[in-house]
Amino acid sequence: MYAFEFTRPQTVAAAVAALKGADAQALGGGQTLIPTLRQRLASPARLVSLAAIAEMRGVAAAGGVLTVGGGTTHAAVAREAAAPFPALARLAGRIGDPAVRSRGTIGGSLANNDPSACYPAAALAAAATIVTDRREIAVDDFFRGLFATALATGEIITRVRFPIPARAAYAKFLQPASRFALVGVFVAKSSAGVRVAVTGAAERGVFRWTAAETALAADFRPEAVKGLRMAAEGMIGDLHGSPEYRAHLVGVMTARAVAAA
Amino acid sequence: MPKDSGIGASVKRREDVRFLTGRGRYTDDINLRGQAHVAFLRANVAHGRLRGVDVAAAAAMPGVLRIFTGADFAAVGGLPCGWQVTGRDGQVMKEPRHPVLAAGKVRHVGDPIAAVVAETLEAARDAAEAIVADIEELPAVIDMRGALAAGAPLVHEEAGTNLCFDWGFVEDNRAATDAAIAAAPHVTTLDLVNNRLIPNAMEPRAAVGDYNPATGDSTLYTTSQNPHVIRLLMGAFVLGIPEHKLRVVAPDVGGGFGSKIFHYAEEAFVTFAARALNRPVKWTAQRSESALSDAHGRDHVTRIDLALDREGHFLAIRTRTLANMGAYLSTFAPSVPTYLHGTLMAGNYRTPLIHVGVQAVFTNTVPVDAYRGAGRPEATFQLERVIDKAARELGIDPVEIRRRNFIDRFPYQTPVAVAYDTGNYHATMDKLVAIADLAGFEGRRQASARKGLLRGLGVNCYIEACGIAPSHLVGQLGARAGLYESATVRVNATGGIVVMTGSHSHGQGHETTFPQVIADMIGIPESQVEIVHGDTANTPMGMGTYGSRSLAVGGSAMVRAAGKVIAKAKKIAAHLMEAAEGDITLRDGKFTVAGTDRSVDWGAVCLAAYVPHNYPLAELEPGLEETAFYDPANFTFPAGAYACEVEVDPETGRVVIDRFAAADDFGNVVNPMIVDGQVHGGIGQGIGQALCEGAVYDANGQLVTGSYMDYAMPRADDVPSYVVDHSCATPCTHNPLGVKGCGEAGAIGSPPTVVNAVIDALQRGGHRHVTHIDMPLSPARVWAAIRG
Repeated sequence: MYAFEFTRPQTVAAAVAALKGADAQALGGGQTLIPTLRQRLASPARLVSLAAIAEMRGVAAAGGVLTVGGGTTHAAVAREAAAPFPALARLAGRIGDPAVRSRGTIGGSLANNDPSACYPAAALAAAATIVTDRREIAVDDFFRGLFATALATGEIITRVRFPIPARAAYAKFLQPASRFALVGVFVAKSSAGVRVAVTGAAERGVFRWTAAETALAADFRPEAVKGLRMAAEGMIGDLHGSPEYRAHLVGVMTARAVAAA
Repeated sequence: MPKDSGIGASVKRREDVRFLTGRGRYTDDINLRGQAHVAFLRANVAHGRLRGVDVAAAAAMPGVLRIFTGADFAAVGGLPCGWQVTGRDGQVMKEPRHPVLAAGKVRHVGDPIAAVVAETLEAARDAAEAIVADIEELPAVIDMRGALAAGAPLVHEEAGTNLCFDWGFVEDNRAATDAAIAAAPHVTTLDLVNNRLIPNAMEPRAAVGDYNPATGDSTLYTTSQNPHVIRLLMGAFVLGIPEHKLRVVAPDVGGGFGSKIFHYAEEAFVTFAARALNRPVKWTAQRSESALSDAHGRDHVTRIDLALDREGHFLAIRTRTLANMGAYLSTFAPSVPTYLHGTLMAGNYRTPLIHVGVQAVFTNTVPVDAYRGAGRPEATFQLERVIDKAARELGIDPVEIRRRNFIDRFPYQTPVAVAYDTGNYHATMDKLVAIADLAGFEGRRQASARKGLLRGLGVNCYIEACGIAPSHLVGQLGARAGLYESATVRVNATGGIVVMTGSHSHGQGHETTFPQVIADMIGIPESQVEIVHGDTANTPMGMGTYGSRSLAVGGSAMVRAAGKVIAKAKKIAAHLMEAAEGDITLRDGKFTVAGTDRSVDWGAVCLAAYVPHNYPLAELEPGLEETAFYDPANFTFPAGAYACEVEVDPETGRVVIDRFAAADDFGNVVNPMIVDGQVHGGIGQGIGQALCEGAVYDANGQLVTGSYMDYAMPRADDVPSYVVDHSCATPCTHNPLGVKGCGEAGAIGSPPTVVNAVIDALQRGGHRHVTHIDMPLSPARVWAAIRG
C-alpha cells in the first residue's frame, strides 16, 4: 500500500467537497479498493471514506418502492429487505462471505460495476433509479461497460430506488475460485413487463437479455426460455468457462430464476 | 469403553489451546531488536537474460540499508538438491546451479532478482519498485512436451537439454512388460494429467535471520518442517557456516503439506544478510508471493497401459510419465516422480510385470516438489483410474475386479522393489462396503434422478509407503541424507519428562500423541510429559516431519530412548529395594519386586538419580536422560479402500459430493480422534485436487492462478461429512509401536475416488463417450465433457 491521506466526512456535501481535491478517491466498503491498494495497483492521494455518512445508510419501503442508501451494507440489505423485496435480500445475502457482506455496500458495488458483481443485475432487472449527490440516473443509462458507469468524477451514489417487482428471483452460478457470479441472472416481472438482467457472462458487463424478456412476457414459466439460445459471441472466456459455457449457463440460470420467482 | 488416556485414547489436542486463542508463536511473531525488513524484486517474465540490475536510485531511497543482487552470492553455494537420480543410460540427473538470487538469467516468474533490506517493510517495497532490471526476454518453455521438442529454448544452457533425467523402473522388466502387454487379451490405456497444485499452507513462509557478532553465531527462524535439515543444507552447501555456529528454529508452523520441507532462497538470504549488515533481517511472504515461490506439487502427464486377461486378472502395467521439475531442482524434487512414485505402482494388487518410465523436465515455471503424498497420489491416481476404466471395458464390477487382484499373502515382494510387510485389503474393502452402504446406492441414485441429477459411485483402494525410510536403502537410490530419527528423553528429578524429538509438529498434534505413548510406557499421567521440538539448539539431530513418518520413525526413536531410561531406572529401583534387577517390573508408575509387595514409585527413583545419596555410583552414572536414534528396517504400508458418491448436474456440469467413506489400515492407532482429523484433512485436500485446484500457466509463463480469485481452494461446502474407519488394523511388523502413519492417506486415496464417481455418474446417465476427465473436474470441464 502506498501512503495516502484519509478523510471521513459526516455528510454527503462534505464528501463531495473532499472529492474535489486532486487525485481523490471515494471509499465505500473497500471490498475491491482495499485489496487493490494493498497490491499497490492504485495510488490515490486521498481516500474519502463514505462510511460515516448516516444519510446514506438504511433500507425503506414505501409505495411499492424500496429505497436503499448507497452506503448500506449487503448484510443490512439481506436483513432489512427480506420482507419487502425478498429476491434482493437473498441476492445480498449470498454476496461473498460474512466479512464481505458486513463491509461491502450497494453504492460501492454499483459504482465499481465489476462484470461479475451481483447488484448490477438486480438494479438493471428491477429498473432501478440511481440517485447521486447531484442527479437521478435511470439504470438503463447507468452501466457503460466493464467497470464504467455514467457517474462523473467525484459523483457519489446516495440512494438506489427499486420499484418492487411482482415476482423476482436471482439465480447465480458461482465461479469456483472467487465465488463471484460466473453467470448470474436476475428476473423481474412487474406491470411494466419482464426484465432479465445477466451478470458475469459478457465482456461488456451486465446486460439485458431481451429475447428472454419477450418470451417471458408472453409466458412466465421456465419452459418459455428453454428454446432460446444465447450467442457465445461477446461472452467472457477464461479458465473457469468458455464463452459457449457461459452462454449456455445464461439460459439455464434464467430458467432457474423464473422457476424460483 | 473408550480409554481416556494413553495409547488408543482420543485425548484432546493440548496445543490447540494456544493455537485457538491466538497464543501460538509463529515465525512472523518473532520480532528482534533492530530488525530490518526485506522485499524481493522478482522476475515478472518467465525466461530472460539478466543484462544488468541498476540499484542506484533505489539504494538512495530513504530507509534503505543495502540492496543485494546475484553478484553478492557469487562466492557462496547454490541451493542444493538432496536426491540424485540416475537415469536409464547410467547418467546422473542434470543438476544446474540454483543461485540464491538470479545470476545471468531469470527462469520463472517469481525468480528473485534482487533483495532490498530497509528499516521498514514499506521502504523496502518502495525501493524494490525503483530497481531497474534490464531483462532481455527469451521464449519460455512451459509445456513439458514442448520443452523436450528439438530446438526448444533451454532453461539451463549448460545442461544442453531440458531433460533432467530419463528413468526406468525396474529397467530389467522393461522388455518383458512390453511383451506381456503386446500379447495380452485385453489392454486398457488411459492418458491423464495429474494437475499442478499450489500448497497454500495457512501460514505463509517467513524467515528471520540473526547474527551475534560477539560469538559469531547465526540463527535462522523459519517456517520449516525440518530445521536440522535446513541447518545442514544451508550451512554446509550454501553459506559455509558449520553446524555448531548455526542454529535453526522452526517455532509453531501453520501447516506445511511438504512445502516447508525444502530449503528456500529466502532462508539463505536473511541469514546471509543478517551477518552482512549485523542486524536481524526479516521476511514474510505475501500470499501472492507464496504462489510464485513455494514449491508446487504434482504436475505429471502420464499414459498408463494395464494388460489383463479376460477374467480381469492383471498381467502387466506400463507407465510413461513426464514430470515437471520447474525451473530448478527443489530439495527433494527428483525423488518424487521416481522412488516415491514408481515403487508404489503395484498398488494393492498382484501384477507380475511393472515398468515405470519417467522423464523429468525443466520448464520456466516454479519448482515442483513433494506435496502431501508426494509421488504416491500420482501413482494411485493413474492405477485406480485405469483399473476403473478396465472394469468398465470388461464388464466387471469395480469392487470385484479389485478383489480378484488383491495381494492376500504377506510379506509380499512387489515387482517394483518394495516388500509389503502386512495388510488385509479384503478386510478394508469389506468394511468399506458396510460403512459406505453400497447396498443403498441404487435407491439413492433413483432419488437423485428424480431431481434431475446424475448420481455416481466411485470406489478405489490405495497403498502408500510411509515412515521413510531405511537409510541404507534410500542411500542406494540416490538420497543424500539418512532418514532415521532421534529423540532424547530427559527425566527431571521430580519425575516429569521432557522429550526432545527431531520430528516437527506443524498441525499433526505431536505434543498430545507423543506423551500418550510415554505415559503408557511408564504409567504416569500425560500431563507429566512435555514435547520439545523445532530447535536445533535443544533437540538432537532430526530429519523432520514428512512422508507420514513422525510416529513410525520419530515415535520409535522416542520409544527406544524411553526404553533405555526405564532400563536404567530399573537398576536404580533394584538398588533402592536391594533386589535383583531382573526381578523389577514397572507398572502404573511403580517399580515392584516380582512376587513381593515391595515397591518404589517412579518419582522416588527419579529423585534418587539426581540426588544420589543412596545410589550405585560405582556401576551407574547419576541422572536419567537417554538419547536414541532409530533407523527403520522397512517402509510402512498403510492402505485402505475409499468410496464416494457424487451428484452431477447435467445442465451445468456441477459436481456435488454427497457421501464419502474411508476404511483405512494404519496399524495401531495412538489417538483415534487425531487420526480421524488427519484423514478428514487429507480427503479435503484430495477433493480440492479432484474438483477445485489447479495451477495454470499461460503460454508466456505467467501464473494465471496467482491469487484466490482464480485458484480455487476447497471450502467447507465443497466437502461432505466423512465416514471414517480405521478398525481394520494390521500392525506394522517392524516398528515398536506397530504404527504405519496416517498423514497423507486421505490425499492419496481420494482423488481417484471422486473422479471414478463422476465418470460413473456420467456413464449411468447415458454419456457413454466420457471415459475420463482431467482434474480439476470444474463445472466447465464436466459440462464440456458431457457435450463431447
